[in-house]
Amino acid sequence: MSEPLVFHYDIDGEDFISAGQASIQIKKNLRRIGLSPEIIRRVSIAMYDGEINMVIHAKGGTADVMLYEDRIEIILADKGPGIENIEQAMQEGYSTASDTVRSLGFGAGMGLPNMKRYSDKMTIDTTVGVGTTVTLVINLI
Amino acid sequence: MTVKELVEACDFRPVCLPSPDRTVKGAYTGDLLSWVMGRAFQDNAWITIMSNINVIAVASLSDVSCVILSENVSLENDIVETAKAKGINVISSPLPSFETALLLGGKV
Repeated sequence: MSEPLVFHYDIDGEDFISAGQASIQIKKNLRRIGLSPEIIRRVSIAMYDGEINMVIHAKGGTADVMLYEDRIEIILADKGPGIENIEQAMQEGYSTASDTVRSLGFGAGMGLPNMKRYSDKMTIDTTVGVGTTVTLVINLI
Repeated sequence: MTVKELVEACDFRPVCLPSPDRTVKGAYTGDLLSWVMGRAFQDNAWITIMSNINVIAVASLSDVSCVILSENVSLENDIVETAKAKGINVISSPLPSFETALLLGGKV
């Protein structure tokens, strides 16, 4: 198996103006590589919600996208507050976002559910007070 | 129907149409961005009252054919410039979201 193609992005915290830039960039790159529009859409949506989550909750973080022959892996890592109750966070509509965040149209409680819906596998590794790493896998075949 | 044809058929006001020949297929109405991201389909017309910069990011990532701002909601100039640069069509409708959606019914 050959080495994966890796894209690394730093996500700025609490910057709603440039939020989504990493996802838009990855979308462009994947389009250039020639992946199918449906795969690109799934990667962009899952990654955007991860990116927004890090902006809202964790003062930023990093996103690494690894393109293998058979799958795409997205690793979203932050040093934020961690998720106290994953089951609750996975419920559609549940959100701990502030009113300011909601007034911007975020905080619908769809972040993690969207990430799960648009990926083939999602794992969450979180420790309260330490941070969260979400790994998403999207199969190409 | 293309975005340009939709603008003419519904008498909407174009805010910017960098990709006027994109095909519109169906529509989605919503103001919660992650909800729209997860539910709108590619080539939908997206009807919303939200007007911040993130609308352009969501439109770009979800591949909708155009954003229709209902109730004459306006965008700041720098947001319009971003929309142009990213090839996102933005249209303005004087009607509320529901009536705007009704106008689209049967057309897209």
